[in-house]
Amino acid sequence: MTMEETSQTEWDEDGWLEVLTFDLQTEKFAVEAVLVREILDLLPETVVPGADRLVASVANFRGKIIPIADLRLAFGLPFADSTMDSRIVVVELDVDGVQTQIGIRTDKVHEVTTLHRDASEPPPTVGLRWRRDYIRELVRTPQGVIVLANLARIFDPLLGGRGTTPVLAPALL
Amino acid sequence: MSETDPVAAFRVEAGEVLEQVEQGLLDLGHRLDDHDLIDAVFRGLHTLKGSGAMFGFDALASFTHHCETAFDRVRKNLTPATPQLIAVILSAQDHMRALIDGDGTERKAEGDAILAKLQAALDGAPAPTPAPAPAEQGWRLSLRLPPEAMQNGINPLTLLDELRTLGDCRVVARTEQVPLLGDLVPTHCMIGWDVELRGAVAKADIEDVFIFVMDDMDLQIEQIGPALCDDARNAAAAPAPFASPSPSASPSATTPASLPAPIDDSRPANAQEPAAAPNGRGAPKTGESVRVPAERLDLLMDRVGELVIVQSRLSQLAHSSAADVALHSISEEIERLASELRDTVMVLRMVPVATLFGRFRRLVHDIARDTGKTIELSTDGETTEVDKTVIERLADPLIHLIRNACDHGVEHPEQRLAAGKPVAGHVRLSARQEGGEVVITIRDDGHGIDRDRVRAKAESHGLIQPAQVVSDQELLQMIFHPGFSTAPQITSLSGRGVGMDVVKRTIESLRGTIDVESVLGQGSTVSLRIPLTLAIIDGLLIRVGDGRYVIPLGVVEECIELSLEEDLRSRGRSFITLRDRLVPFVRLREMFVTGTKPSVHQKIVIIATGTERVGLVVDQIIGSHQTVIKPMSPVHCNVPTFAGATILGDGGVALILDVVQLVALGQHQEERLRAVA
Repeated sequence: MTMEETSQTEWDEDGWLEVLTFDLQTEKFAVEAVLVREILDLLPETVVPGADRLVASVANFRGKIIPIADLRLAFGLPFADSTMDSRIVVVELDVDGVQTQIGIRTDKVHEVTTLHRDASEPPPTVGLRWRRDYIRELVRTPQGVIVLANLARIFDPLLGGRGTTPVLAPALL
Repeated sequence: MSETDPVAAFRVEAGEVLEQVEQGLLDLGHRLDDHDLIDAVFRGLHTLKGSGAMFGFDALASFTHHCETAFDRVRKNLTPATPQLIAVILSAQDHMRALIDGDGTERKAEGDAILAKLQAALDGAPAPTPAPAPAEQGWRLSLRLPPEAMQNGINPLTLLDELRTLGDCRVVARTEQVPLLGDLVPTHCMIGWDVELRGAVAKADIEDVFIFVMDDMDLQIEQIGPALCDDARNAAAAPAPFASPSPSASPSATTPASLPAPIDDSRPANAQEPAAAPNGRGAPKTGESVRVPAERLDLLMDRVGELVIVQSRLSQLAHSSAADVALHSISEEIERLASELRDTVMVLRMVPVATLFGRFRRLVHDIARDTGKTIELSTDGETTEVDKTVIERLADPLIHLIRNACDHGVEHPEQRLAAGKPVAGHVRLSARQEGGEVVITIRDDGHGIDRDRVRAKAESHGLIQPAQVVSDQELLQMIFHPGFSTAPQITSLSGRGVGMDVVKRTIESLRGTIDVESVLGQGSTVSLRIPLTLAIIDGLLIRVGDGRYVIPLGVVEECIELSLEEDLRSRGRSFITLRDRLVPFVRLREMFVTGTKPSVHQKIVIIATGTERVGLVVDQIIGSHQTVIKPMSPVHCNVPTFAGATILGDGGVALILDVVQLVALGQHQEERLRAVA
């Protein structure tokens, strides 16, 4: 769980947090802006046979081989073909001191914005289809609810907790 | 990242110095009166002491000081170099290493014991030559403290008083830098001193006086007396005169001199010290060299890899647009530069195997001492260059193989005499380059591997059936099975049966192979074949479904056609007959669940590791490909079938197959087939 402490950023003293917002299907998600390295057009991807479906392919990102993750799987959202708006958000997570880049396939990237702690709530215990630990906070905004994803937790089973935690709840697959 | 930790830098450097000293001592064991060697050892010890104190390794500094003093006596012909003395200093080396690695405070008793032995070795030796007349000896010192020294609590007068305790001193103040009264800062020390110190004083003792201020101050120590003496031998044995200073002998004098006199803050000066010092000290031996962290080289390698990829896209573009001649020529120019650049960078990572072989002399020396055998180690091909990462990973397997050769291979002197062999056993370590591989062989002239014992052991382990016919090579390869040791007794060195399997695994992880030859009564030879670099391999680019993959070319035996009829016929059994042997094969298309139709002209690529062969059914063989290996992301570390990935000319990614894993998979399949049959 060291990963979580180092790569998750907290609300600042005044209760603000800078995030990048994007769409996965109809839902609006956010990740901490400090984790984001780059936003790219879709890259040609190479399927890795035998890999976890969450990170089923790799791509060439400036001479590095980075995995491309499909968070729709983690949140049980339906598949759809990519569109003109589809982008890859490259994030960098700290895994035991090694910076690991992962590309996240998104359906549309919105903006870098700040969220406020007062508008946020922990995920409710009922009425949620998703795994609660994949969500840091739900943040209310005038445009609707933004899901602040817990990237560290989503990728943790693949990186550190191999074999100990189930990668995804079977129901979601 | 770019900031180097001074202590870490010191550890690296001290390790190298220790290694040099060790080599010097071992050589000295054969040539007891070689003054160059004595000087080299002394300089190494001196460097250790000086830089140890500089970086706060006080225990190391004080311990080394005693060894240095002992060697100083040897150097001045006060004591002869004896095998006992060398043995004690060698054991002291291990203690120093421990002090460098840890804080070593609890090891004080150990250190004291060594020092006691050292004293005994010194006392036991007769003094052969009388000490040079003391009146002849003396030192001329020129020193200047940094201006803010007094603010930092240093009192120059106590330093001078301390000098006076060493011998007769004549101190003259140098006042030429004292500014006009109006500009004078009262707390700044602007006075320098010239000191003439008469008497038989060791240079180290003088330097000890300044040990706490050495980093910042300007200190020059020049010898008077013997330097004026005409006796050539005396001069050679005496400390090097300052006129031709060896940087390693007087780091205190060279490094501060390069710093400008007024220093605003002493911290940055300290921080630069470790970066500057290794260069300065490494220089005289290796010519002009720069020490660069390995990560930076890796980074450079990455950039060059990217450049090569972009360049190949450019050249594709230049060839397809038939129009522009200028673009074409530029593209060709860049192609040439990029490939030259890649070759140059590759060479940067290469290190001669001498760095590795050097460590083994000590190992053999110790084993010979512990076992009571006489063993000589000879090496050749030390200049063969191998990628740095390969060298690092080779060290442990080689240590194990050499231990085996010395402990199991070479017999005790009486046995050797009885067998009509020379008393001294011989272990030969050699390296040579063969194509893209380096071949390292360890040959001993011991009693060889006893096949009957190996066979008995293998049978008792159930590895082979009592009546089973196995080839000689297969039998010898049995020694690499986990838990396999034929040594009748377990010694502290080897014989526990752990290791040979680890050796084999390590070599295989380096994509290398290991062969054993042995003649009973005459000795054994173990040969390791390892690729020169891990960064680039020759690969066979293949297509399976829509994906492209690379198979390391080194393991590819042959490619054969799998005709449609044969494919249909082999539905029930996934193996083919190839030269009277059954070769199981794996349909990669099925294994990778591509969901595509097989190509009409499927091929089977036969791969082999050791004696095991497996066929891989692929859709198309695209051709050979110079593959720059990129590691897989950590999120894919649980996918065992791939050893890495590479970027192709069009910017796409091809995965590199892990052949060992695939063969294991094929074997598994074969076993299932046998069980069914």
